[in-house]
Amino acid sequence: MGANYPSLPACCVALMPSSEALGTEHCQRQDTGPPVRSPQVIEAEQRSSKRWELTPEGQEIVQEGSHEARVFDSIPAEGLPQSELMKLPSGKVGFSKAMSNKWVRLDKNADGGPRIFRAVESVRDSVREKLQLVQQGEAESLEEKDRNELKKRKLLMEVVIKTYWIRKGSAFSTTVTKQETDLTPEMIASGSWRDLKFKAYNFAALGIMPESGHLHPLLKVRTQFRQIFLEMGFTEMPTNNFIESSFWNFDALFQPQQHPARDQHDTFFLQDPAEATDFPMDYLKRVKKIHSQGGYGSQGYKYDWKLAEARKNILRTHTTAVSARMLYRLAQQKFAPAKYFSIDRVFRNETLDATHLAEFHQIEGVVADYGLTLGDLMGTLREFFTKLGISQLRFKPAYNPYTEPSMEVFSYHQGLQKWVEVGNSGVFRPEMLLPMGLPEGVSVIAWGLSLERPTMIKYGINNIRELVGHKVNLQMVYDGPLCRLDA
Amino acid sequence: MPTVSVKQELLFQALGRRYTDEEFDELCFEFGLELDEITSEKDIISKEQGDGKAEGASDIILYKIDVPANRYDLLCLEGLVRGLQVFKERIKAPRYKRIMPANGDVQRLIITEETAQVRPHAVAAVLRNITFSKDRYDSFIDLQEKLHQNICRKRALVAIGTHDLDTISGPFTYTARPPSEIRFKPLNQSKEYTASEILDLYRTDSQLKHYLHIIENKPLYPVIYDSNGVVLSMPPIINGDHTKISINTRNVFVECTATDITKAKIVLDILVTMFSEYCEKQFIVEAAEVTYLNGKTCIYPILTLMSCFSETPSSLAKLLTRMCLKSHVTGNGNNIEIEIPPTRADIIHACDIIEDAAIAYGYNNIQMTIPKTYTIANQFPLNKLTELLRQDLAAAGFTEALTFALCSQEDIADKLGVDICSTKAVHIANPKTAEFQVARTSLLPGLLKTIAANKKMPLPLKLFEISDIVVKDSTKDVGARNQRNLCAIYYNKNPGFEFIHGLLDRVMQLLSVPPSKESGYLIKAAEDSAFFPGRCAEILAKGQSIGKLGVLHPDVITKFELTMPCSALEIKIEPFL
Repeated sequence: MGANYPSLPACCVALMPSSEALGTEHCQRQDTGPPVRSPQVIEAEQRSSKRWELTPEGQEIVQEGSHEARVFDSIPAEGLPQSELMKLPSGKVGFSKAMSNKWVRLDKNADGGPRIFRAVESVRDSVREKLQLVQQGEAESLEEKDRNELKKRKLLMEVVIKTYWIRKGSAFSTTVTKQETDLTPEMIASGSWRDLKFKAYNFAALGIMPESGHLHPLLKVRTQFRQIFLEMGFTEMPTNNFIESSFWNFDALFQPQQHPARDQHDTFFLQDPAEATDFPMDYLKRVKKIHSQGGYGSQGYKYDWKLAEARKNILRTHTTAVSARMLYRLAQQKFAPAKYFSIDRVFRNETLDATHLAEFHQIEGVVADYGLTLGDLMGTLREFFTKLGISQLRFKPAYNPYTEPSMEVFSYHQGLQKWVEVGNSGVFRPEMLLPMGLPEGVSVIAWGLSLERPTMIKYGINNIRELVGHKVNLQMVYDGPLCRLDA
Repeated sequence: MPTVSVKQELLFQALGRRYTDEEFDELCFEFGLELDEITSEKDIISKEQGDGKAEGASDIILYKIDVPANRYDLLCLEGLVRGLQVFKERIKAPRYKRIMPANGDVQRLIITEETAQVRPHAVAAVLRNITFSKDRYDSFIDLQEKLHQNICRKRALVAIGTHDLDTISGPFTYTARPPSEIRFKPLNQSKEYTASEILDLYRTDSQLKHYLHIIENKPLYPVIYDSNGVVLSMPPIINGDHTKISINTRNVFVECTATDITKAKIVLDILVTMFSEYCEKQFIVEAAEVTYLNGKTCIYPILTLMSCFSETPSSLAKLLTRMCLKSHVTGNGNNIEIEIPPTRADIIHACDIIEDAAIAYGYNNIQMTIPKTYTIANQFPLNKLTELLRQDLAAAGFTEALTFALCSQEDIADKLGVDICSTKAVHIANPKTAEFQVARTSLLPGLLKTIAANKKMPLPLKLFEISDIVVKDSTKDVGARNQRNLCAIYYNKNPGFEFIHGLLDRVMQLLSVPPSKESGYLIKAAEDSAFFPGRCAEILAKGQSIGKLGVLHPDVITKFELTMPCSALEIKIEPFL
């Protein structure tokens, strides 16, 4: 049946501990749902008490005396060979206790083997006396130490007694009406439902979840970011190329060849295919010149730019490599303003921890037009972040190799009570844009953020591995809410 | 981003006022710095090595400040204070000057041609009549270390040597010799060693061992001698003990040897501009002359203004001055002349100046506007299709997984019963662990690993993923391309092939592809080492093979640490665009 609502038969209810007494939660999703809260025929109250009782061995001692006393009594004046004594029913236990009480002594050198003698004239069997007290219901008069000692010797035990106090309930009746569990097609056909009584539903229970598949939480957030960009008129860039040449990933962005980001420690280089083979050669020459000699009003970096370094294939470290390809493509046509976005994977050969993986999703927005200003960048960011439900923004000067000016975007996080970095942004350097062939006077503003970080903050996830990758907690995926960023 | 740690007390003393932590944090934010951490030496040691070790360590408060990677002039207390004071208009930006010594006796450094093979460049300068204190000395050493780690690229591009000029006599010779011929007492050692012995000596040194590789395999090692044959340094490894500077040193000879002359000039400029503050004549640096054997002579440090830019209107000038860029309006008032001090090697284009003007104005004072750029948005067709399919796969009862694009060779080859050579996989040259050896050529391993990590979940487990795999492709400029795959898997006590087959039928229905031989799709028996023999079929559609489905081979199930039967489907979706 599996349904949660129908209550148990009313007559049983009174004889079972109520759900309150069991301490169960009302919202548990379980087949045997908590009983109804409706008027009851009888009410039961559970009470419990504790009592000390003798174990069967304890009862025997009350009757026969303790093992040690029985050993003492069985030793005649001339003593008893130890081997004989051990054959007695109380022999083993009784002997060691009697010895430790110093009631008996052992003569190992007696004729015919070790022999036991009485060591005192008479003994007082206090164990038996204490147990007798318990039998008379006066266990409380024993000291706790004694009780524990006897309990340890398995002569006493503590018994919990549960009782139910039964009273007439508010719906008490001496006639039994059988209540129907639920409506049936027959009842509807016959109209019998009009005269029947139905068991009350327990609305405190939860329903049965529908069977369904689920979308991944991070990708639900990705869908929302796509939606926001599309609402803002941004065109999606083709980022389905994880493998990129150093040329497009770094050189085209005016990132010098000795830059630490181009180190083995930070970037995954490829062994196979190790090098890119095809470049737009005119453009490549202009890139080489801007790095090594400068130009377009720039001094350049003044170093020996090497094609071999630019050829090296890598796993792209940012989607800005694709933005560079798109801007270069844009520059090859008659200029028309453009707004681009992408959300896709990027790769860093970094040290991994609870918030960093070797691959993550980068969100990027780019606007290219004549005369764009810092104010335009900030205004665009304000609109973008407002759609994410983030209204309080602050901008911090920062450094990126390929943007100038650069600004980090901070938002005030109510939960953490502090300003947290939510993105990075800037105006692409002329050293990047002019060699592509974009007209002078065209500015390109851009910003980026990771998809994982806002998702982790949104869903309160502390370890990124619970969100991304195969170690994901599928229960979390099953239970995930809608992604409503501005809610 | 480099981090500079400064003593709070010294910082406030130099700034001439106290700040609360919040006030100082705010100032940093405005200027583009980040107050990363407030700590003490004691805190640092106890955090790194446990409380026991921290006993007796100093509990003077330290500010750890993150500095933008291009602002080498902010890497020490002196530079930070100077930058902030000028920014707040409390002092004027200093003007740095190079002078020739009064007696005309300029220090000379001669570069021999042997250096060309190992480390061809050198620059030098003199800090005359400097007054160190313990803190100043520490800062001087610290700045050299910071420069070495950052702009000098761990000494590979530039190495700095600073020497007590009163212990040596010029002219100096920068040359390169076979290691066996170089012999001197290295800094803080008690006896002389040959160059080879020195390298052995530092092989276990936690700091210096990282620099040995720069010269180790060269036939000649760089070395600087004075006119009496005293070794100043063997760059980029170690200085000689003879010339070491102390708190009492009055005259410092600075040399930088380099493989990149531009960077060497910048490093020298930064070091001498920062510490000329403590010279008798503040901000004045004594020149040194570098002579190449061909007779070419250069005077260092450069220190002259790197360049002048002209920009339009006027209040900008004041803003720029606040960023240490001395500016004034010229001519008819439409131009500003801006001097770039030697400390600001980061400025190479007018746009760098514009940023400084914006910072001085205050980013957060800029009026926000919305660009009037009018564009029509388009989705990337492949992503659009992916988004639509994802929704309907979830509606079909399958749950979406998100697995890594990188994995081990084993995942895509051994565990699926195929040879790595036959996978067309892209190989990574420098993976730190086996998890990042290759880019995946199939989504299946990721889904199987997801199930392995979720064995506690109730059965059946029905998962899918639509994402990119990567394969080598010689027709592409980079020799590889992504391919968008759809993979789904059914894991239960029975193989459930019919469910996976049904899902394929549903996907085809969604794509409006009917089951037919001619214009639709069909499946036909196939062999694949990942699947149980006789339980695998190839999927044909759009006139090509688009993937396979079937019951996984028990070996595959076992290798992914699973125990139940399992069926799977993997197809490429680009043919359906």
